[in-house]
Amino acid sequence: MPGLHLTLGMTLLWLGLLVLLPMAAVIARSLGLGPRHFAEVAFSARALAAYRLSFGAALLAAAINAVFGFGIAWVLTRYQFPGKRLASALVDLPFALPTAVAGIALTAIYANTGIIGRPLAAIGIHIAYKPAGVVLALIFIGLPFVVRTVEPVLADLPKDIEEAAATLGASRLAIFARVLLPEVAPALLTGFALAFARGVGEYGSVIFIAGNMPFVSEIAPLLIVTQLEQFDYEGATAIAAVMLAISFAMLAVINFIQARERHWRDGGR
Amino acid sequence: MRAATTEPRAVRALLILIAIGWLALVILLPLFAVFVQAFEKGTGAFVDAILQPDALASIRLTLLTAAIVVPFNCVFGIAAAWAVAKHDFRGRNLLVSLIDLPFSVSPVVAGLMFVLLFGANGWFGPWLMAHGIRIMFAVPAIVIATAFVTFPYVARELIPLMIAQGRAEEEAALTLGANGFQTFWHVTLPNIRWGLLYGVLLTNARAMGEFGAVSVVSGHIRGLTNTMPLHVEVLYNEYNFVGAFAVASLLACLALVTLGAKTLLEWRHRDALAATGH
Repeated sequence: MPGLHLTLGMTLLWLGLLVLLPMAAVIARSLGLGPRHFAEVAFSARALAAYRLSFGAALLAAAINAVFGFGIAWVLTRYQFPGKRLASALVDLPFALPTAVAGIALTAIYANTGIIGRPLAAIGIHIAYKPAGVVLALIFIGLPFVVRTVEPVLADLPKDIEEAAATLGASRLAIFARVLLPEVAPALLTGFALAFARGVGEYGSVIFIAGNMPFVSEIAPLLIVTQLEQFDYEGATAIAAVMLAISFAMLAVINFIQARERHWRDGGR
Repeated sequence: MRAATTEPRAVRALLILIAIGWLALVILLPLFAVFVQAFEKGTGAFVDAILQPDALASIRLTLLTAAIVVPFNCVFGIAAAWAVAKHDFRGRNLLVSLIDLPFSVSPVVAGLMFVLLFGANGWFGPWLMAHGIRIMFAVPAIVIATAFVTFPYVARELIPLMIAQGRAEEEAALTLGANGFQTFWHVTLPNIRWGLLYGVLLTNARAMGEFGAVSVVSGHIRGLTNTMPLHVEVLYNEYNFVGAFAVASLLACLALVTLGAKTLLEWRHRDALAATGH
């Protein structure tokens, strides 16, 4: 097939200039700080609090999304109901809606004057400008990752294994827990990991609703921005390097789950 | 009598209700809120907010950015997919992983990378300054940061599609005497056009809506380096809620058009998109 040199050359050039060179800059700058100074700024008390919030909120949101995302994927693949196509299209909205728009919309709803925030505030529950607001924004952002990863696997499940289990006298719940769930588990885990990875780095939808108090409701990406605004390039770079390392680790984990799943589907059985 | 492989009617109804309820609460309500807030002071206030010079400037900048980034990443995506899907070479899988990399990088970290390259203290900063070239806190940086975050979309749509379609048709065209470009133009492109359109739609939506990466490199200069999402933030922080939500509602319309076109594509051309897993 012709054109390998041309297209591969273009790809490598564009990839090198746009992706690899900038990443090299972050890594080189962090290495330049020296291990002691790097550890000081990358793992300061304020930075640790920010990682904890970014991780904790992303983990919680991904777990909630795993439950509801699985339910939505289940309903969309197995049941018929009016408005199904519209519901399916809506799932993708967080992919298409700019994050800043999502952020101000969620804040408007959950602030103490908002349509949901007001009744909640009356019973003493506050979501906006609290860590709970971060979780809420990440639930919005992460939902389609779970639904869109689980959906094709659920749709492709052969009916005969369920029928066999039913013939052998298994209850519906037992079939779900012991036949269906194990089949879908790798996809569910992948969706969870994708939602989590996206949540850890998310910025636009979170900053409006988070309150952004250092040590309390300040996410790690916001801390990078704050330090940049104060011309603290070393601090910003060190935290960015930590976030980058986490991204690479997550990418490796996701690739590993997917490779295992493929291996298992192709010949493991 | 119900089949042994489905749930009782009541369970089904309950699950459907929970799913729809959750979608309405988590996704529909925020979308609805954008439009309610935008029109809170009436249509006149909405139109006034959109026609503010700064708002119009932000719309122009967003359109300009997308007009530069989308074709660039489109050409790159096609080239990458052609190299990966139609050839075998060592490191092919590594290349695919590298193309996906921008998806897993926080937008803020992406923005910071370009500060480290082009900022006053960056690798190329002093040289650029000496030659009077302005990249940071100007349109070039916004374009570059947007190109980074939208880098994988087209390639990621096309690679699985082109692998699934195989190489037989191209090989036939080449045997019949077509050159490489003719083969691509007359054989490959018609086969991938719907997948390509799909990738372009996603690239465009992300390009127009990107916030984090652009926010770090833009400098937030009103009327000059504020894209629409950044202008939404500026207005919001000034407590100009009608203005913020008015501009936001335009972005929400863009998202709805994207979703509509995407759904239509999936519906009408399911077979042509089959390999992409949507």
